[in-house]
Amino acid sequence: MNLDEEIKDDRVQILVCLGTGGQAAGGDAVIHKFEEEVKKHHIDAVVQKPCVVSKSGCRGLCAKDLLVDIIMPGKGQHTYMKVTKEMVVRIVEEDILQGNPIQEWLVTDDYHKFYDTQVRNILSRCGKIDPENIDEYISHGGYKALRKVLFEMTPDEVIEVITNSKLRGRGGAGFPTGMKWSFAKMAQAEHKYVVVNADEGDPGAFMDRSVLEGDPHSVIEGLIIAAYTMGATHGYFYARAEYPLAIKRLGIALEQAREKNLLGKNILGKDFNFDIEIKEGAGAFVCGEETALMESIEGKRGMPRIRPPFPARKGLWESPTNINNVKTYANIPLIINKGAEWYLNLGTKKSPGTAIFALTGKIKNTGLVEVPMGMTLRAIIFDICGGMSGKNRKFKAAQLGGPSGGCLPESLLDTPIDFDSLTAAGAMMGSGGIVVMDDTTCMVDMARFFLQFTQNESCGKCTPCRIGTRAMLEILTRITEGRGQPNDMDLLADMAGDIKMASLCGLGQTAPNPVLSTLRYFRDEYEAHIIEKRCPASSCVNLLKFEVNPKLCKMCGICMKNCPTQAVIWEKKTVARIDKPKCIKCRTCIDVCPFRAIG
Amino acid sequence: MVIEYVAAKQTSFDTTKALEIIKQYKGKRGSLISVLQRIQDAYGFLPEPILDLVAEGLNVYLTDVYGVVTFYSQFYLTPRGKNVIRICRGTACHVKGSDRIMEKLLEKLEVKPGEMTRDGNFTIEEVACLGACGMAPVMVINKDTFGEVTTAKSLEIVESHSVNKGEKK
Repeated sequence: MNLDEEIKDDRVQILVCLGTGGQAAGGDAVIHKFEEEVKKHHIDAVVQKPCVVSKSGCRGLCAKDLLVDIIMPGKGQHTYMKVTKEMVVRIVEEDILQGNPIQEWLVTDDYHKFYDTQVRNILSRCGKIDPENIDEYISHGGYKALRKVLFEMTPDEVIEVITNSKLRGRGGAGFPTGMKWSFAKMAQAEHKYVVVNADEGDPGAFMDRSVLEGDPHSVIEGLIIAAYTMGATHGYFYARAEYPLAIKRLGIALEQAREKNLLGKNILGKDFNFDIEIKEGAGAFVCGEETALMESIEGKRGMPRIRPPFPARKGLWESPTNINNVKTYANIPLIINKGAEWYLNLGTKKSPGTAIFALTGKIKNTGLVEVPMGMTLRAIIFDICGGMSGKNRKFKAAQLGGPSGGCLPESLLDTPIDFDSLTAAGAMMGSGGIVVMDDTTCMVDMARFFLQFTQNESCGKCTPCRIGTRAMLEILTRITEGRGQPNDMDLLADMAGDIKMASLCGLGQTAPNPVLSTLRYFRDEYEAHIIEKRCPASSCVNLLKFEVNPKLCKMCGICMKNCPTQAVIWEKKTVARIDKPKCIKCRTCIDVCPFRAIG
Repeated sequence: MVIEYVAAKQTSFDTTKALEIIKQYKGKRGSLISVLQRIQDAYGFLPEPILDLVAEGLNVYLTDVYGVVTFYSQFYLTPRGKNVIRICRGTACHVKGSDRIMEKLLEKLEVKPGEMTRDGNFTIEEVACLGACGMAPVMVINKDTFGEVTTAKSLEIVESHSVNKGEKK
């Protein structure tokens, strides 16, 4: 396909969502079955239009996987949810051949509500195009921005547009991208490098993975523009090895870009040489930190460097280097195409544009959400994602920003989400993971969980992080085991301050945040653990008595039916009782009880 | 000297594949991690005699090779089971009870995280986050991902893999 061609599609399309979520939901088998059926019925001939079965990247609503779109030219499109291989025959025969969509399998209002409130810019093509086909990207306006930059703009003009758009780095810290680029451009050196940080290590975050799986060329285009602007000749994608599908699709995309002379020597006939290499991470969270990431690309232990000098002056192999997050690069083509003014109109004054969040935990519609900056947490959780998943469960907290962020309570649900408001509230934007928790999640255990994570991932280079996180973890562990001491809360707060101040890199500097935010907003839970030796969420096993509260028990017997060791004694119309010698403290009864009667 | 020492240790190993990989990356800077990843793909783990070859072939110190191998959680110095089970311990999975699934599987297979079962059939590992949080809790066995796993379902999955291989304790 020529770069100037636009689409005019009159094919019947069967689009199967094949992100990691779709694959796990049996996507490969479904796509295979569709291909079989299309062939069997000679659909091309019957409907007199070519019929294609193709895969698309993740479209975000993973809770309803597997999602399949049927697009009939002239008749619009409709979407089926939770599709299995067994449903394929009926969809083909009744819907495609006879034109009668199967109502009971179509997506519900939830689905439309989920999308209608969003503003999908970066994710606009995810779920719509085949990420393994460059022509589809091009036909949706892809690589237009690159041509505009190469043929109509000077590097300084590019930086001016990016600076005017006030784009802030999407990796979490929110540093102005235009400024970062200008530093790297100004640096004088024989070699310069541009790097995509796709080491999305925050547990609970999968935005970058979805963009790479669903629309890899948008990131590649952004990176090529960055290279042209700064005068770099070589680029790297540093991606987590835990994302095999993203790495595979990225590899295909790079190969296709080379074939079209979008990478390589004399790109599009200009005096501009640039190529990109993929580096796979090897399982170290700290490598998401930019200087540690560069060490890792160099083939060394991923330990952070002391800054200054900053990467823009001395980065990869001592040369000026620019590192940005996946989503930052994906924003670039949009801004070039539509202009800084357009971008400034989205989001808030200080944080323009959109943000992508990965919503998970105890909510109805887990998935990816792209909204303008400044939307409130309440709108995202309750309006877009449909609220809490469990019956009778109450919202307790939202964890933002992964192990570097914090937990926000119900009283802060109306906080606008942007870089500055979140930092003020004690959380942080981070890469955009939001984990929603209900009244059965213990906040002290949550703090312990994150500290265990950072302690495990601490590289060991600087003492405050190496020793400090371990000491904090020990205190948190003893609190959750019922051995907390009266001054533990003060001790934690004190140590948290020291670790934040004295650590070398972002990992240590932010590691205490989950503890500080839970101490700030959920102090009563710490007190319950330490003083009353009680876990209000009935989650910390050492503080549980495994007794049924007769006032709350509705005598339904669900606990007895689920107990793996027959330790629950129950008969119709009686309060359940737990036979302690038989109980193995697995907490199954506590999990299944709809009335929270066991504790 | 080094060559003789290596030759003495490598009696039981077929080093062809490793040497082939090293050759491809020779002279390319910063390739240590990539070489180790490819060797591990080929052998399933990183046998010690081969690490000597890597150091020699890429002209780096053996201490640096060990430094890298022990730093990254993906590298293994000991053999792993035929089936590798990975339990996601990310936040979303944690909130949805992945710790209990892990506990049960370890109990059933009688191993610790990272260890191989006695029959060599399974290794069970914790991973930080697989990024498939929409389907938490998640478990991966070899290359197959399973979402919304319960303790019972996880035991079933493991069971199906032990039957397939026809190996019983």
